[in-house]
Amino acid sequence: MGTYFSFPDLFIWLPLLAAFLCFVINKEQQAKTIAIVFSLFVLGVSVCSLFYLNDDKYLNFNNVNYIWLKYLGASYFIGLDGTGRLLTMLTALAFPMILIATFNTRQDKPRAFYGLMMLTQAGLMGVFMALDALSFYFFWELALIPIYFLCSKWGGEKRIEATFKFFVYTFAGSLLMLIGIIYVYLHTTGRSFGDGVYAQHSFALSSFYMSQLSATEQTSLFALFFVAFAIKMPIFPFHTWQPGAYDQSPTAVTMILSGVMVKMGLFGLLRWLLPVFPLASIHFKNVVIILSIIGVVYASCIAMIQDNIKRLVAYSSIAHIGLMCAAIFSMNEISLQGALLQMFNHGINIIGMWIVIEIIERKTGVKKISELSGLAATMPVLTIFFVIIAFANIALPLTNAFAGEFLMFTGLYHYNQWFAFIAGLGIILSAVYTLNMIRKVFYGSLNAVTHEVKDISWNEKLILLVIVAIIFFIGIYPQPLIELTKESVSTLLMKLK
Amino acid sequence: MNTIILSAIWGVIMMFSGVFVKKSTTQKYIAITGILVIVAFATIELLSGQTFFDFNTRGMIKTDVYNLSFVWIAVFSTLLYFLLSGSEIEKVGPHIGEYFALLFFIVCGIAIAATFNTLLMLFIGIEIISIPLYILTGSDKRNLKSNEAALKYFLMGAFSTGIMLMGIAFVYGANPAGSFYIDNIQIGTGHMSVLMALGLLFMLVSMSFKVSAAPFHFWTPDVYDGAPTVFTSFMSTIVKVAGFFAFIRLFEHAFGTVQDQWQKLIIIITIATLFIGNITAVFQQSVKRMLAYSSIAQAGFMLLALFALNEKAKDGILLYAAAYSFATIGLFGILTKMEDYTIDGFNGLAKKQPILAFATTVFLLSLTGVPLTAGFQSKFFMLMAAVENGNHYWIVVVAVLFAAISAYYYFKVIQAVYFKEPNLSDTSSEIFISTPFKFMLLILVALIVVIGIYPEIIIGWRYR
Repeated sequence: MGTYFSFPDLFIWLPLLAAFLCFVINKEQQAKTIAIVFSLFVLGVSVCSLFYLNDDKYLNFNNVNYIWLKYLGASYFIGLDGTGRLLTMLTALAFPMILIATFNTRQDKPRAFYGLMMLTQAGLMGVFMALDALSFYFFWELALIPIYFLCSKWGGEKRIEATFKFFVYTFAGSLLMLIGIIYVYLHTTGRSFGDGVYAQHSFALSSFYMSQLSATEQTSLFALFFVAFAIKMPIFPFHTWQPGAYDQSPTAVTMILSGVMVKMGLFGLLRWLLPVFPLASIHFKNVVIILSIIGVVYASCIAMIQDNIKRLVAYSSIAHIGLMCAAIFSMNEISLQGALLQMFNHGINIIGMWIVIEIIERKTGVKKISELSGLAATMPVLTIFFVIIAFANIALPLTNAFAGEFLMFTGLYHYNQWFAFIAGLGIILSAVYTLNMIRKVFYGSLNAVTHEVKDISWNEKLILLVIVAIIFFIGIYPQPLIELTKESVSTLLMKLK
Repeated sequence: MNTIILSAIWGVIMMFSGVFVKKSTTQKYIAITGILVIVAFATIELLSGQTFFDFNTRGMIKTDVYNLSFVWIAVFSTLLYFLLSGSEIEKVGPHIGEYFALLFFIVCGIAIAATFNTLLMLFIGIEIISIPLYILTGSDKRNLKSNEAALKYFLMGAFSTGIMLMGIAFVYGANPAGSFYIDNIQIGTGHMSVLMALGLLFMLVSMSFKVSAAPFHFWTPDVYDGAPTVFTSFMSTIVKVAGFFAFIRLFEHAFGTVQDQWQKLIIIITIATLFIGNITAVFQQSVKRMLAYSSIAQAGFMLLALFALNEKAKDGILLYAAAYSFATIGLFGILTKMEDYTIDGFNGLAKKQPILAFATTVFLLSLTGVPLTAGFQSKFFMLMAAVENGNHYWIVVVAVLFAAISAYYYFKVIQAVYFKEPNLSDTSSEIFISTPFKFMLLILVALIVVIGIYPEIIIGWRYR
């Protein structure tokens, strides 16, 4: 095994290598194969990384640290803790699923498409592993830029406007965060590098944790960081870019956006916002929870009247994310555990939802609920899968989301009963719109659009089977994931005391 | 020192080259040889501090690693500019040797303006930069717009020169030591005398004019638009950052101790510049005009260095010089190849010229300030400097919000390049792009990315 085996490096460099190969390869069609092979390889690495959990050599962070800008005190510093493992696993799992599920979708210019997809993966992986604020910021943006091009090039009719709105929102948010990063950086203590160079300040996460900012400073910095994360998640009232972007993006990209990318915002809260600004976080927690809960109820209400399936799922995603954000800000062990578990589950479930929607849209050519009817008769297999995934989306017992949402509600209830009660409305509403959609799309009589549709092919079956298996596995036995993140949660709570 | 002497000599050589060499291409190669020599000698001076022309300047020129770094960046950018756009200079008119001669004189002026140590040298440097620029602006003699621009530029420029001279006179007169040396002005930290304050204000106004900071920017769009594109490229990049460098050098050394008294003025100018540059750029249809306003907008960011006036700001201005020059020179180089200067003229460029499209995108991303490009590092250092300054944090927030707005007009071009279909009536799909040109563009792209990842290439010299 050698003395050092660095998973973080592999997580970054494998997708980057794949992206490079995709761009330079001669035959357009091989790009798809390269992307799938590499993403499976990353998945393999990610599964391996889970087994090195308790090895003494890999203490808290299985990390890589190279000097990057020594006069500034920045380093290329990435590493894995429990939360990082969970989310890199989600990323590693999401990409092959998405690529295989959309195998039959013909992309114009596959080389660029798959190259950009793999670049996004590298960026996402970096965000979940970065332990240096400047590296974090670089990866944060690296994940955004390819997505911009993917959506604008391969998306729907109004793609350019929708994507640009998305880009400007997130870009403005991240620049504000950059100011915050700079401010904290200038209040850190110095750091010396091996070769006698001494930097006055440091970008390292550990220095950020020890920055000792006063409560007033934290208040304004909290706002700067929170806006960036809130736009990414998105939290009401920063969500207006999201339905348009989800609707107009190519579905493979929508899956990344909603399955993995929104977790960047939640992850940012856990890794950066709460521990770096504990005083301000405690000060503002009611505000954030109230915003989140408004988001939950508001998005659920809008989802009920949507006729466009993609927008319906987009709004339902806002509702779910809002709940997770509220749980994180409840700041007790149960709620944080639940939020982390649910971050993973939501990723899996929503990708499942999008896969089904993509299949329906590809086979029938419509995405309006009112134009679809009776698909259960022509696509029985798909219907079974979708119903299970939809049940997971409403968090019925035995599904993975039940475990996560149960923990989150328990935590929220411990914090404040009224919040839990109002947020609970979200669950009821989600049952209303999800079941209503199933009824309209899959049941009823066949119409002209759904008359001659064939059932799904082997690759789609395989992926949906995997998703359903994960749903049930975590639904019945969530313990491994909870164990994985237990230490991160207790470390975080220590910092919030 | 090497750069000042050599570029002046080479300017003279170029003037006579037209007499002895008839072929325009040969003249271009003479110019490229010259700039290569200058870059080589600038490198030697930067690395070893050794100058081959050891005159006694009586301390009127003072070199250190910092301003030599800047001179190096300026001459290196000029080299890139010659290599990329040299063949376009040939197309402006028949007097190629003279165009190059004027460009070399400007380089000489830049070197003086970057290393001056007295107010007189500052004045001489700025004038050596300005006068050739007036001529180059009007070099497209048969074009009415070019003539108009040259006249406008000359009148306004002459006016600002007068104001600067008056400022210098006031500062000299009010100065108890009676000295032109910028380190010797002894302004103290208390209240300035009226004369001194007036002198400072005049110099502030005239320097703001030279770097086209609002509200002294009105000449910029017309001049940049009217001048032949290939010269706009030079004056909106290398010349402009040189102006900034001189501006900051002057205010740091001469008036640094009373920064708290003029900082508010700088804040007003910065905000006005950011506002006017960005908001007006949004409404432009012509890419050339958009770039003119974007240069005002970028000036707003560079003004943050003057606001902050600390070590990070010095790093930042070096990075800005490199990042902004490389990207804008590249963009103007591409623009000269386009037949239609409107944003719609870029429609579907990716299908016709993938390399040009890719380079355009990287340049625009860099100007927007997206990470992994040099533009990010330069903005990052500027923001860092402004935050470190400790006063008026809100100005930083305003600056980044304008940076987000700038994404709007830069991305309009990217959208045209990649996501729009080519115009059917357009015949420019036939445009021929030579391989060396593409190669140069890729070099520029590589430089931008390398600086974006590892900015210590540019600023590391200062710490060695």
